[in-house]
Amino acid sequence: MTPPEASLPLLVSLVAGLSLAVAVLATAWPRQAHRIGPLGALAIAATVGWLARRFHQAGAGGGEAVTRVALGGWEAPLGLMLHLDGFAVTLLVLTAIVALAASLYSIGYIHDRVERRQFWPLWLWLWAGLNLLFLSGDAFNLYVTLELVSLAAVALVAFSGTAAAVSGAMRYLLVNILGSLAFLMGVALLFGEHGVLDLAALQAQAGDGASERLAAALMTAGLMLKAALFPLHVWLAPAHGSAPAPVSAILSGLVVTGAFYLVLRLWLGIFAPLATPALGMLVGLLGVAALVWGSVQALRAGRLKSIVAYSTVAQFGYLLVAFPLMLIEPGAWKVVVFFAVAHGLAKAAVFLAAGTLQHAAGHDRLAELDDILRGRGRSVFALGLAGVSLMGLPFTGGFIAKYLLLDAGLSTVLAGSLIGVLWVVAIAGGGLLAAAYILRMVAPAFHPGPQRAGAVVSPWMEWVPLGLALVAALAGLAGAVTLQLLSLTPGAA
Amino acid sequence: MNGDWLLLAILFSSLGPGVAIFFLPEHRHGLRTALNLGGAGIKLLLVGVLLLGVRRGEDYAFSLPLLPGIDLVLAADSLSLLFATLSAVLWFVTTVYAIGYLEGSPRRSRFFGFFSLCVSATVGIALSGNLITFLIFYEILTLATWPLVVHRGTPAALRAGRLYLAYTLTAGLVLFVAIVWLTLLAGAEGFTPGGFLDGLGATHGTSLQVLFVMLMLGFGVKAALVPLHSWLPIAMVAPAPVSALLHAVAVVKAGAFGIVRVVNDVYGAELALELGLTGGLLAVAAVTIIYGSVQALRADDLKQRLAFSTVSQVSYIVLGVALAGPLGVIGGLVHLVHQGITKITLFFCAGSFTETLGIHRTSELNGVGRRMPLTMLAFTLGGLGMIGLPPLAGFISKWHLGLGALEANYPIILGVLVLSSLLNAAYFLPPIIRGWLGERREPWPEPMHDHLRRTRLETHWMLLFPALFTAALSLLAGLVAGFGLSPLGWVTFIVEQDYAIPGFGP
Repeated sequence: MTPPEASLPLLVSLVAGLSLAVAVLATAWPRQAHRIGPLGALAIAATVGWLARRFHQAGAGGGEAVTRVALGGWEAPLGLMLHLDGFAVTLLVLTAIVALAASLYSIGYIHDRVERRQFWPLWLWLWAGLNLLFLSGDAFNLYVTLELVSLAAVALVAFSGTAAAVSGAMRYLLVNILGSLAFLMGVALLFGEHGVLDLAALQAQAGDGASERLAAALMTAGLMLKAALFPLHVWLAPAHGSAPAPVSAILSGLVVTGAFYLVLRLWLGIFAPLATPALGMLVGLLGVAALVWGSVQALRAGRLKSIVAYSTVAQFGYLLVAFPLMLIEPGAWKVVVFFAVAHGLAKAAVFLAAGTLQHAAGHDRLAELDDILRGRGRSVFALGLAGVSLMGLPFTGGFIAKYLLLDAGLSTVLAGSLIGVLWVVAIAGGGLLAAAYILRMVAPAFHPGPQRAGAVVSPWMEWVPLGLALVAALAGLAGAVTLQLLSLTPGAA
Repeated sequence: MNGDWLLLAILFSSLGPGVAIFFLPEHRHGLRTALNLGGAGIKLLLVGVLLLGVRRGEDYAFSLPLLPGIDLVLAADSLSLLFATLSAVLWFVTTVYAIGYLEGSPRRSRFFGFFSLCVSATVGIALSGNLITFLIFYEILTLATWPLVVHRGTPAALRAGRLYLAYTLTAGLVLFVAIVWLTLLAGAEGFTPGGFLDGLGATHGTSLQVLFVMLMLGFGVKAALVPLHSWLPIAMVAPAPVSALLHAVAVVKAGAFGIVRVVNDVYGAELALELGLTGGLLAVAAVTIIYGSVQALRADDLKQRLAFSTVSQVSYIVLGVALAGPLGVIGGLVHLVHQGITKITLFFCAGSFTETLGIHRTSELNGVGRRMPLTMLAFTLGGLGMIGLPPLAGFISKWHLGLGALEANYPIILGVLVLSSLLNAAYFLPPIIRGWLGERREPWPEPMHDHLRRTRLETHWMLLFPALFTAALSLLAGLVAGFGLSPLGWVTFIVEQDYAIPGFGP
């Protein structure tokens, strides 16, 4: 029998090729896009699942699971390399799950003939861009795929055509252009200094010279803009809040996670020598600020989807808080990734459920939503269940993530770091704030009063959020296997 | 029989029907009742099988890796069986009562769904084999109870719900941090009779002291220790079956059970004494006992009086554990059961009075014994049991607690017990006397009259029989206390294992 790693190069190419092929196909036949889309989504998700399984088997069997594929036979430093490691596999799987759910949801959500033709190709390009982003092994490729993701995302935000959506999309576009430019300048600086673009080659030569510092500042700032990391988050709530429901779910669950993936990837690799305790503390304090500010905004917001969007700002604060922990406990980066995965699943489920409620009511003003919340128990239940994961309570992915974060935080305290107490308090207290804003959305369902089911909602829109929320909850069982996958990442502790 | 299978089946016997009930349309009354009672019956049966197995000395364990080095562990030792059996029996009874109580009211599918979830979480707590697992089910219990507390949706209920969540979630976080910390120090050990921290006592004494305080804060909120108790009397706005669940079956019991686990099976009584931790706990328990009784005396609202009485009575369990001697622990643990069956009787009766005759206050109880003699009889047995009159269950608890206090050389605790019993008598005797001897001139409002036309009983049978059953249990638990499978016999069995004292008996 051939060892499992033998099939990995083929599978990597298959995932990349299939995602692109489906996107091209849907663009070429827009009339059939609504059929190509869901079928393609199933195919891509199945391939990613297969890839992850093989990767896991190879890693568990002690084989060389980390795979590099040179496209067209051109090796680095000249050619384009696809790079697969545990980090990439984890994000690919998260993307596949959320994307599949969003696709199935969209079957019910996007009815209009014209909208269908626009939505599916854009969405499939976005997904292809994400898959390629995770598989990219060199800095220029990362830039291209990042750009692909950003442009498709902007178009998706705008595509409902309402005034709010267009103005949200315009802001989003400006932010993205700015972010991409900064990132590209950083890439150019690195290339000028070292003459290579391949990340592995760059990491081997990485130092802490002036040009690296500048490149790090530019690229990080650009990506922070895209990932809506505090204090560069102001664009997020209008864009995520006004987009169509499946798009909001994709943006909050996947696109910002993709940008964060890059930040983490760069700082674990080429920029690792630049990280200092003072920088770590600064990032951590920004994280605490994000947690508090995002939560307060979520507590004040009047619209259902705005609450969820601000919650993304708050939840990403945890990721920043984890940064100083990583400097003391290098292994903590896996915790951060697991947290991002748990958040991606839960947040997408919350957005989808909120979308169903909004569709039923025709609006999402919380003050006037009582009767719908009472009449649509299933969606409220999905929202609540995924919300439990955001609060970090058992038995969900969020709980395991919170456990790991607390574990890392307390380890630093026990190692003698006084500021660690602040991180622990922030990590623990953030859950209470999350509970408060989740409760704002769920509690009206328990008030007495009339109940109304509102507009007819397709079964997809009723059951998909529930299914995804269940996945987010069951992610609590995926802790061990995810950490094991992540440990198969070369260059990171 | 395979142990894993049995433990999981016990958990899923309420979880499965609970989930099914969520998706049941409101009008499927018959199917919902069948699912409810079927689940409760199967659970009772399975717990019985487990009980016999553990008695025979068989080991049951199930574990599932959550994270490297950290497992979700379900295990059945004699202590977990004590709590599991209590909740399985009382759940069955409470389900019957709840079906009768909520007949014809809206949103029963939601109610019974969360109700089953609650009991699943409680059984999970009982069967938890380590602190992480305990925490998981403990937090699920918090979340599953909230919809029940706010079920009626009135402003008072919503306020109670908010307060409940604010208290319990904050406590949950304190507990969470403490447990992660403890796991960092000592690893994710399973509960071990006598504790597993011995090796750390010398090196990490202060940490362990701080941790103990954090753990007690975490569990103390649910166990309603003063000053963390305020949510409990306010949560009494919930429907009577929920109060029964809060006060007797699940929530406060989960808190008290957590304290028992920490003192006995994490720290171990010896280490807790050595670190000087039990003294503080004892003082808090004593203050809570007196304070709760005084507040109960001042309350006129019947359910509020019962709620404050719970605050007081649950601390008997904590008191017994804090005495840290075999007799005290016997008294505390047996009170876990006795308080449960006695208090649930009282809440059933209070609920029946309210539903049948519209009685909310103790001052309205005049003459109720003539209209509802059987319910009043149950109430009387419950009240006298709480006071600790022999041969009722409460007497057995107080007797052992008293012996435990002498054994541990705390004669002042005897004073607390006597004072508390006097106060118990002061707030339970007046309603009993009013009920039997008081006179009522005007007719009763009878809000349930339309439902009761066809019955010759004093109220709906589903409200009456549960109360009679638990009242009989509380009488029985006292009368047959000498037998092996009585609560006292079982608790003695537990304590003999924990303390390993040869030839020791009550």
